[in-house]
Amino acid sequence: MNDWLDPLLLARWQFGLTTMYHFLFVPLTIGMALTVAIFQSAWVRTDKAKYLQLTHFFGKIFLINVAMGVVTGIVQEFQFGMNWSDYSRFVGDVFGAPLAFEGIVAFFLEATFIGLWIFGWDKLPKKIHLATIWMTVAGSITSAYFILAANAFMQNPIAYTINEEKGRAELTSIWELLTNPIAVAAFPHTIFACFMVSGGLIISVAAWHLYRNQHLDTMRPALKFGLWMMVIAGVLTTLAGDQLGLVMVDAQPMKMAAAEALYHTATGANASFSVFTLGTPDGVHELFSVRVPYLLSFLSTHTLDGTVEGINNLQAQYVTLYGPGDYTPTIWITYWAFRWMIGLGLAHMLVAVVGLWLTRGGQSPKRTWVWKVAIWSFPMSLLAMSVGWVFTEMGRQPWLVFGLMRTADGVSPGVTGVEILISLIVFTVLYGILAVVEFKLILKAVQNGPDDAPVQDAESGDRKHTVTVY
Amino acid sequence: MDLSILWFWIIAFMFIGYFVLDGFDFGVGMSLPFLGRDDTDRRVLINTIGPVWDLNETWVIVAGASLFAAFPEWYATMFSGFYLPLLLILVALILRGVSFEYRHQRPESSWKKWFDGLIIVGSAVPALLWGVAFANVVRGVKLDANHDYIGTLFDLLNPYALLGGITTLLLFFVHGVVFVSLKTEGDIRVRARKLATKAQIVTIVAAATFLAWTTLAYGTVASAIFAALAAALLIASFLANLRGAERLAFGLMAGTIGLVVLTLFSSLFPDVMPASNDPANSLTIANASSSTYTLGVISWTALISMPVILLYQGWTYWVFRKRIGRAHIDLAVH
Repeated sequence: MNDWLDPLLLARWQFGLTTMYHFLFVPLTIGMALTVAIFQSAWVRTDKAKYLQLTHFFGKIFLINVAMGVVTGIVQEFQFGMNWSDYSRFVGDVFGAPLAFEGIVAFFLEATFIGLWIFGWDKLPKKIHLATIWMTVAGSITSAYFILAANAFMQNPIAYTINEEKGRAELTSIWELLTNPIAVAAFPHTIFACFMVSGGLIISVAAWHLYRNQHLDTMRPALKFGLWMMVIAGVLTTLAGDQLGLVMVDAQPMKMAAAEALYHTATGANASFSVFTLGTPDGVHELFSVRVPYLLSFLSTHTLDGTVEGINNLQAQYVTLYGPGDYTPTIWITYWAFRWMIGLGLAHMLVAVVGLWLTRGGQSPKRTWVWKVAIWSFPMSLLAMSVGWVFTEMGRQPWLVFGLMRTADGVSPGVTGVEILISLIVFTVLYGILAVVEFKLILKAVQNGPDDAPVQDAESGDRKHTVTVY
Repeated sequence: MDLSILWFWIIAFMFIGYFVLDGFDFGVGMSLPFLGRDDTDRRVLINTIGPVWDLNETWVIVAGASLFAAFPEWYATMFSGFYLPLLLILVALILRGVSFEYRHQRPESSWKKWFDGLIIVGSAVPALLWGVAFANVVRGVKLDANHDYIGTLFDLLNPYALLGGITTLLLFFVHGVVFVSLKTEGDIRVRARKLATKAQIVTIVAAATFLAWTTLAYGTVASAIFAALAAALLIASFLANLRGAERLAFGLMAGTIGLVVLTLFSSLFPDVMPASNDPANSLTIANASSSTYTLGVISWTALISMPVILLYQGWTYWVFRKRIGRAHIDLAVH
């Protein structure tokens, strides 16, 4: 068989591509739902027009995203069966349950109430209508928990027993599965990061308008809100990430070793964290490196004299446990993804802190570069989120389910390389075109800015268009 | 009752929910070239399903996830075996979904034409292919001992399955057109009723042939009863539509679609995916289902959640119960 028609390679590319793409819309949907709900709550409470304007304005950007999030999500739900049928057979008894929960408990809630929110402005009493967006928020956050619980099983399989006769893993405790330490730690880390992304979006949009000295009434409070959201969510993401790191070292020591490209087990001052390294891609040879002593020990164990296991050591252990093979993830990806995630995250928190300082007491910075930096908040936060996901998934390799099933063993045996090549091309082209359209529409909605004379409320007259939004 | 048997019927229930609900969305989408004389008409049509298409589509996500949890082997075999048809369905659902949202973002008529076209194709393709897929499941496909599909794409395009596809396409089309007559006012409502009558005549012929074929080739006593009831309800819907009883006609179409799904599932029982080459390779309720523990866990979840879900989804339909017409379309916004 030709190498480029290798079903495993193609299926991995497709899963990576479609997941990364879907995951651009997920944090936006989760984060934006919350911000829109907060703006609308502020409007219902204070009756100030600017909050209604902000609700409509960010609501529009939110909705352009939601459609993409929904339709690319169906691909995810189908793809396990289509491309990873042996994986589905092996783990379905365990992994399927949180997915079913997600659908039954969360997706229905989200999809139903978003429709009520979009079309219900004139149909529902003000407070009930407000409740619909909060139900959407609840649905989106609940769905995140269940999917992270499912993913946590792949990182740290627990609550199962192997049924030899059927050749599959079977669930032994749903409670244990849903309280997987990895899920419990990954959930706040991911959710707060979603709020950073929406904070980043608000900062970018507000900065774009303020730089042009327009829509000041709405964009000034929006900027303030976005900056605070970024700082608060940023601190919480960092703290939750630190917790996740501890749990990860426990469950997947190889992932932490790969994050640091640490080949030899190190203790105390030697367990240093390299901020930047020049070397060979596999990380074996190092030409130049900026290092912070003790930091890796602290990150991994919360002590300064802790021991962090190295790749060579772990590789040898795994060979004893699981038989001959290479159990090391692709080091340059994990190493750099880990750094970009942390670096970008900290960088735009810094932008937000500086922004709060510069705008204190209602001041407006005069220097143009300040605004130009602020406008980049959104792409930075989205990129940080994406590389974070790359890190956690690539750090799991070569395992599909850590210690239980290798990625190579999960792919669908009945699907040919040609079929996957077709679907990979179709998704690449389709997603590419949609990305361009989506980007242009969002850009246009952003640049149009909020409606300066927004429709006030349901009683005030003849407003037919809100019952026929499309 | 054995939980795996219960879940076989819960899966049937979820696909009934999906086909009854998203079915009329497909029909409304396909009706654009027939009922949408101008942009305002087309906006009326799209707005009839505007608040609900997303929740309707969610039924297939939940059905897929439930299939994964309750029958991992069935999910794995069906989804990998029907790889290219499912790819087409996914592409169609993606195009349809984004088109609803993108269509009204710009005023140019060329822009809107693009998305009208995508809504039509994105509705017709799943309406056809879901029928092809389920007819093939009932008919049986070639499976190896690992339960992997070993047939080709062309094996799936057999006359029985194609007739199944045409049947679902027509059923959903009629369902959507009857829905339009129920949800609109003015001229479009009258035209929808006339179109439904014509389409129902064709649909009765196709559906009766498909149901008879299913009964004769793969039927059981139960499936024969469901098939007869489906045919009866379809004819009753035709008569109700003729008399202008729109609500009744729509309810009867929903019943018809539900009974067609029940016909297929009861033909299948107790298999879930029979192997046409060697019965020993067939997937059955017994060998495809999850463990009793897992089935128990998801049973409780479904049992507690489903009444609440049906309640709030029902409430949504009640909130948006009013008819809409051209007067509701604000020409100032696009």
